Amino acid sequence: MEAIEVTGLRKTYQGREAVAGIDLVVARGEIFALLGPNGAGKTTTVEILEGHRRRNGGDVRVLGEDPGTAGRSWRSRIGIVLQDADDAADLTVTEMVRHVAGFYPEPRTADEVIELVGLTAKKTSKIRTLSGGQRRRVDVALGIVGRPELLFLDEPTTGFDPEARRQFWDLIRTLAGDGTTILLTTHYLDEAEALADRLAVLAGGQIVAEGTPATLGGRAAAGAKVSWQEGDRTRTEQLADPTELLRKLVADGADLRTLTVTRPTLEDTYLTLIGARK
Amino acid sequence: MTSMSLARGHVEVLQFLRDRTSVVFTFLFPALLLLLFGTIFGDSYDQAGVSASQVYASSMLAYGILTTGFVTMGAGLAMDREDGTLKRLRGTPLPLTSYLIGKLILVLTMAVAEAALLILVGVVVFDMPLPDASHWLTFAWLFGLSVIVCTLLGVAVSGIVKHARSAGAILNVPVVILQFISGVFIHPITQLPTWLITVASLFPVKWMAQGFRYVFLPDSMKSLEAAGAWELGRIAMVLGAWCVIGLVLCLATFRWSEKDR
Repeated sequence: MEAIEVTGLRKTYQGREAVAGIDLVVARGEIFALLGPNGAGKTTTVEILEGHRRRNGGDVRVLGEDPGTAGRSWRSRIGIVLQDADDAADLTVTEMVRHVAGFYPEPRTADEVIELVGLTAKKTSKIRTLSGGQRRRVDVALGIVGRPELLFLDEPTTGFDPEARRQFWDLIRTLAGDGTTILLTTHYLDEAEALADRLAVLAGGQIVAEGTPATLGGRAAAGAKVSWQEGDRTRTEQLADPTELLRKLVADGADLRTLTVTRPTLEDTYLTLIGARK
Repeated sequence: MTSMSLARGHVEVLQFLRDRTSVVFTFLFPALLLLLFGTIFGDSYDQAGVSASQVYASSMLAYGILTTGFVTMGAGLAMDREDGTLKRLRGTPLPLTSYLIGKLILVLTMAVAEAALLILVGVVVFDMPLPDASHWLTFAWLFGLSVIVCTLLGVAVSGIVKHARSAGAILNVPVVILQFISGVFIHPITQLPTWLITVASLFPVKWMAQGFRYVFLPDSMKSLEAAGAWELGRIAMVLGAWCVIGLVLCLATFRWSEKDR
């Protein structure tokens, strides 16, 4: 059984189609990233999968159940990391984690989870006093305290500094290593590239491309751009396969001190994909 | 489920106590009003052995329960929708019932403390005599029904509060109006025009205040009530009916989030 199976998912707000027929399969144990500009339908899609929103059409199975009707035992198997929660400001980190742990049948211990998200030094601090990034790490702790089989992360590292993001990525890899399936939405392409086994790009409520970070949008077949110096002139060639050209340049004894071979980045591919929609 | 409900109640009370502003404003305010009214109006009653301040001390219990139940619940739910509390809990196996019982525990705790404080002020500052056992029995069911009615109506009204910011302003309109027409701030209630008494009689506060006056005042004071009697049976009936109305309104208006559905 797959972790998530979606066919023909639709959601309209006052006649406007926010999600216009999405098909999606996420395998167990996979880290799947959903990319897309603001308003593309990422959050709506994720909230339908979480059971927070109703859909207008399509078939949705999350851990084998319809999130629109699934009950408490299903909720104990998923974990949700909220995007912009501001709750429990007057409780300490430990108090809140321990409180939420009490809702689950087989939770992780509060200390273990707080350690995992790197907040041990702050565990007796009130949540109100934490920085934005620390606050988000509390959200992650609360999302994983119930030992979920499937974890939803909606733009989890917004507002993190670079070091905190690296630590967060390590945490996600650790969780995935333990077999947790992870559905992630993000604005950051480096994040998707660093974490995701597979990803899909959402634009205008539809999936415009799907693949691995290496193959998305024909990226693997897009070839490479070679540029080098010839006298005082910069030469540039766009090729499907640069092997021959490079061999020839070496054989000819060309000046290769400024040689660059570039392939399209995930960002280039992404921008082309969402640009083509507009 | 019981342990989850108790855990919710525990964090609700903990969070309330740690938020000093709400402690001062929702909790101490009725007692301050009682001190103020009791001091201003002092002894201006004809009835032997009863002072205006004692009448205020008993009636003000209705106000205390109304603010703790209705305002705490109404504003609290709007706040929980806004800051993500409800959204977070909805993503966990916690049953909605446990969340609501947690809130009820908070209201009950506050209402008990509020009532104790008001009675203490009444006894210590205004020499209000404590009643006998049978009156305390009436106090018990009256207190229980009042808390449930106010809590349910608080949950119901939170459905129409769009932003937590405006909750205080919206909720205090019915609260203040009802204090004036229900014999809490102005008693004998018979000073009001008959039609206004009729309007007040449709709402629970008038009956709550009347019941608490029965509990704490001498029997002769019933002559100052609208019907010239304590009407305990009718008080129970009206509050019981409001429990049902409140529950129906709750189920009809409850929303998990501002964007629900």
